[in-house]
Amino acid sequence: MANRTIAKKAMGILRFFRTQVWVWVALLVGLVITAGPFVWMVSTSFKVPAQQFDGALFPATVTLQNYVRLFTSAPYLLAEVYNSLEVSVLSTVGQVLTCAMAGFAFSVFQFKGRNLLFGILLLTLTIPPQVTLIPNFIIFSHLGLIGTKIPLWIVSFLGGAFGTFLLRQYFASIPFELAEAARMDGASLIRIFVRVYFPLAKPALSALAILTFTGSWNELIRPLVYLPSNQKLTTLTVGLSLYQAQYSGQWAFLMACAVISILPILLVFLVAQRQIIEGSALTGIK
Amino acid sequence: MVDRLRLKGTDSWWMFLLLLPTLLGILLGTVGSLAASVAISLTNWNNVQAPQWVGLANYVDSFTDPRFGDTLLNTLKFAGLYIPASVIAALAAALILNSHAKGRGFFRAAFFFPSLTSSVAVALVFSWIYSQDNGILNQILGVFGAPPVAWMGKENILYSVTIANVWGAVGEGMIIFLAALQAVPSIYYEAARMEGAGKFHIFRKITFPLITPALFFQVVIVTVNALQAFEYIYMLTRRTQGESTMATVVYLIYRNGFRWFNMGLASAQAVLLAAVIIAFMVAYFRAEKKLVVYDK
Repeated sequence: MANRTIAKKAMGILRFFRTQVWVWVALLVGLVITAGPFVWMVSTSFKVPAQQFDGALFPATVTLQNYVRLFTSAPYLLAEVYNSLEVSVLSTVGQVLTCAMAGFAFSVFQFKGRNLLFGILLLTLTIPPQVTLIPNFIIFSHLGLIGTKIPLWIVSFLGGAFGTFLLRQYFASIPFELAEAARMDGASLIRIFVRVYFPLAKPALSALAILTFTGSWNELIRPLVYLPSNQKLTTLTVGLSLYQAQYSGQWAFLMACAVISILPILLVFLVAQRQIIEGSALTGIK
Repeated sequence: MVDRLRLKGTDSWWMFLLLLPTLLGILLGTVGSLAASVAISLTNWNNVQAPQWVGLANYVDSFTDPRFGDTLLNTLKFAGLYIPASVIAALAAALILNSHAKGRGFFRAAFFFPSLTSSVAVALVFSWIYSQDNGILNQILGVFGAPPVAWMGKENILYSVTIANVWGAVGEGMIIFLAALQAVPSIYYEAARMEGAGKFHIFRKITFPLITPALFFQVVIVTVNALQAFEYIYMLTRRTQGESTMATVVYLIYRNGFRWFNMGLASAQAVLLAAVIIAFMVAYFRAEKKLVVYDK
């Protein structure tokens, strides 16, 4: 009896080594590569500046001084976090709202020119954003909006091919009987949208919301162009690039700045991990 | 064909309102911008004085100025490394995760997270890792007695930027591939195993053809990203005077347009970049018909 269980276990271990061990090795190597830079960033941010070059994985003396120093050397970091937050939240609201509106229009109702318009919308995906940057800059400068945050989020209220496509696919997967039943009860188009389709699309809406939020939070070129390169008025990404130049070589401090910039995204990710990953997967399956 | 409701009563008005933002977006944001870019590219304009018509001079200047050629070459070299590297790394990560059930959720989340963090923060961390004097890479080399390497020097910068950028982008592709792998019907695998097919054979004959649509999608996305590379270039190659040791086309457009306010030249270069991207897309969509298998 005992012999048999031992033999069974031995077989199990053998099988593990034959089939699973290389997978585990690959997974762990992957984990080291992925987590390494993050660990290094966090670890450096807790080091005393004099020890930042010691190469130790764990700080010999753990200090919060780099984080405390944020208040004196980067007094506008919180203002930058706020600016990034404002732009990202407004962009997200704009995209979710206007892409849901268009996605619904393209999926549930029949109207003249529907396919043509949708085709044109998809074509806009091929135009690189750099081409639109200069004309947009000129328009906004003539409207006197350069130096304000408005250009960064206002365009999100004009729909977008990616979000519209994502939501259209999702709306199309909602059973059509629901729309028909609402129609039988005499519901108008807008009522079917607000009462039936919008609430049912929560997974796709939150996926788009999260992708828009992180995309906007991480953006560099537009804040660089539209906002003055003044640490108080700009976003976090531009702020980081300014600190990189200003505090060149002061890695312990710079890593503390990087940690602060990643923290909000990490929090969003921990709360909504499933939606984010499934939402991103949604974009690849047509 | 999918059923659709017909418009009646006030529906048409609501329909118009629902589509209004999108219509404005297409007109102002895209079609208008594209036309405006082409128009501006034919002028000399600093956005203050009245624009001067110069015809094709900005295009001629771009082609005769070696800086534009250099940035285009840098962009293409970067794309040539970045596209295969990020696609292969993402596919490898997805294959490993797909062959493994225990803790898949955890590893999937861990491998995905870098692609959510800002390129600027990632690049900042990598500039510390690559640091020549005391960066961790050179310290590790030092342990083995090897001399320090100038990771951000002229010979290595292309590879260093590519590695950092691939690191920051692998997760996205991995998720796309993982979804595609999990969508392969398991009866195909069962049938193949019954026939006694080996693992590699199954991958080559079943898995690979069935994920070619996802592969195609990913190659398109990654190519567009590569040709528009900016964030990592800005963070890793920018020098004190704002010059870059490995300027890409977008970096040059940014400098010409928003540092020197040479809107005409910058627009011409943006239009040329758009032409390069469209040329890639046309080539891809031609190849798609031969290479991509749609299981319909």
